[in-house]
Amino acid sequence: MSLVITGASLLGEKTADLYVDDTGLLVDSAPAGAETIDADGLVALPGLVDLHTHLREPGREDAETVLSGSRAAALGGYTAVLAMANTTPVTDTAEAATRVWELGREAGLVHVQPVGAVTRGLAGEELAELGLMHRSRAGVTVFSDDGKCVHDARVMRRALEYVKAFGGVVSQHSQDPTLAGPTACCHEGELSGRLGLPGWPGIAEEVVVARDVMLARHTGSRVHVAHVSTAGSVEVLRWAKAQAERDGTWSVTAEVTPHHLLLTTDLLAGYDPTFKVNPPLRPQEDVEALRAALADGTIDAVATDHAPHARHDKEHAFVDAAFGMLGLETALGVVRTALPGLSWADVARVMSVAPARIARLADQGRPLEPGSPAHVVLVDPDAAVTVDRDASASLSRNNPWHGRTLTSHVVHTVFGGRVTVRDGALA
Amino acid sequence: MKHLLSVDDLSTDEVEALFATAADMHDVQSREVKKLPALRGRTVVNMFFEDSTRTRSSFEIAGKWLSADVINISAKGSSASKGESLRDTVLTVCAMGVDGLVIRHPASGAALQVSQWVDAGVVNAGDGTHEHPTQALLDAYTLQRRLGSLRDRHVVVVGDLTHSRVFRSNVQCLTKLGARVTVVAPPTLMPSGVGTWSAAAGFETSYDLDAVLPEADAVMMLRVQRERMSGGFFPSAREYTVGYGLTRDRLSRLRPDVPICHPGPMNRGLEIAADAADAAQSVVLQQVSSGLAIRMAVLYHLLAGEGA
Repeated sequence: MSLVITGASLLGEKTADLYVDDTGLLVDSAPAGAETIDADGLVALPGLVDLHTHLREPGREDAETVLSGSRAAALGGYTAVLAMANTTPVTDTAEAATRVWELGREAGLVHVQPVGAVTRGLAGEELAELGLMHRSRAGVTVFSDDGKCVHDARVMRRALEYVKAFGGVVSQHSQDPTLAGPTACCHEGELSGRLGLPGWPGIAEEVVVARDVMLARHTGSRVHVAHVSTAGSVEVLRWAKAQAERDGTWSVTAEVTPHHLLLTTDLLAGYDPTFKVNPPLRPQEDVEALRAALADGTIDAVATDHAPHARHDKEHAFVDAAFGMLGLETALGVVRTALPGLSWADVARVMSVAPARIARLADQGRPLEPGSPAHVVLVDPDAAVTVDRDASASLSRNNPWHGRTLTSHVVHTVFGGRVTVRDGALA
Repeated sequence: MKHLLSVDDLSTDEVEALFATAADMHDVQSREVKKLPALRGRTVVNMFFEDSTRTRSSFEIAGKWLSADVINISAKGSSASKGESLRDTVLTVCAMGVDGLVIRHPASGAALQVSQWVDAGVVNAGDGTHEHPTQALLDAYTLQRRLGSLRDRHVVVVGDLTHSRVFRSNVQCLTKLGARVTVVAPPTLMPSGVGTWSAAAGFETSYDLDAVLPEADAVMMLRVQRERMSGGFFPSAREYTVGYGLTRDRLSRLRPDVPICHPGPMNRGLEIAADAADAAQSVVLQQVSSGLAIRMAVLYHLLAGEGA
């Protein structure tokens, strides 16, 4: 189906029409018989790319499936998501990765790119079949034990060395388990002290980030820091990026979640597990540092860490409740609310272009110009939308934004020329 | 009073009112027939998700002496490990027509969370390393009976503050009643951020027990929780005792009228020497009987009043 999108403001700047032919490519003139979308007053961005999504399939299909997560992603303006490996069973073989990739193709709403585990069973001991996952149809390029840190420096070194053979990247969940113990669930600080909650100190993240950038430099490899949450990590990243640029032989990239850009640890005062997330919400000074780092490019990308949970997995005492919160449908609105001064070009950079580059998804994050695949999101920049958790396409309801009003709203999403979201609803 | 989750929920007047009721309840303990009809027809469930002998029996006796029907449920092993959510577990119990739920849970905040799910009045009988409000009330009540008033009295609280719910509730209760409080522990057993928190909450911190002990009007020793000591919080038991134990030597330097409290169970020879535990000024056993009176008062205020 060919498509004409009229009157959109490209990256919030010049107004132009976009033409999509029936192969799903952007072209330079209107195809005959095309469907028209009136995008007057809307901002057009390349389709968003999420480096960090938990789709829960296989294993916890009661919380999310590849299909339901794809729906949520499309509603959030995404055209590609990277599905984390901590499923049951773990995505640590070519077969498992291919299965997730196939489920994504069957859903057909976004590109679902599986992330492979770094170590077998996420156990942190033996490397998973990294090369076979890369060679599979899924073409895995990002590897992560997310949910757990690859704590053993020797294993991390070997993983970084090994993925160089095919241009892979290791995405690290930076959490030293000896500094943030097995029950750590709250930012370690005054509030955790008063509430009697086991603390998760920022230093537990920072020492791993520091170690890993040195390992990346030593191995000449690519490391990606998942969900950065502290000002100290930002300082390390700023230094490391300067070194990497000077050396030109290795690289470090980093992501921040929408919730770490807007929510603070104070929300835990009522022990509401909706706000229990890993890494934990941090104090305002960390939030400010993360915003600044995203704006100046020290942090490359926004990634949702969309973590759906069945209601009963959150209805435990705080320390026993599951970590994580939903994020796919609200990410753009949260980023716009947290950083109202961020230009649309910068929004595209951190939510589409950079994530596609890091994951090496050649078809994603492309400029909206002839020859590019038609992955497009059209946003109403002035809309103020109050989030209703019951209106979510996700199978789960652990939504920290329920009842909050966020600015900007995804009106239409186009994935490979196909309209997946029209007028704010699944097409 | 709908629930008792934290000392912070109580005004000074409410604390004093509880103490007045507790004094009446205390008198019941010396009667031949220790029974009041106040909670006849009411059902109280003691739901304990972790082991406890003294607190559970204290609540059980308190409920029975007030003529409530008291049921003990040992839920150790936690609903989480059985696969059931905490919410489902407590809703199931409360569906049996429970008026009061006394809950002990190893997780901080559990009592507050439970109170948001059930209609019954909830008493926090200790939640993780967060609070133990009835312990704080009974400690303050014991000291008030001993010292007359707590206003401007200097209470020194010593021990494993990081893991102590007793400490967190006690500083609130004691400062509410006008006491000056100094908490003492090695830096590794001070809760994180306590420097900022203590200033706002009106208590002082110290690493030096010998420096503060001479000014003490009361000493409250806390148990060193050996089961939580895997993290290398101090080098050895011997070093802890030398630095922070109420040793025979320190006992000899205390004024003889300074009461010594301990919430129990005591590690004799570690945080408290046997001589101190058994000293004339030790109020450890009075704390136990005060505890019964306080818990009777709490259940009475929670369940016997209008609208209960």
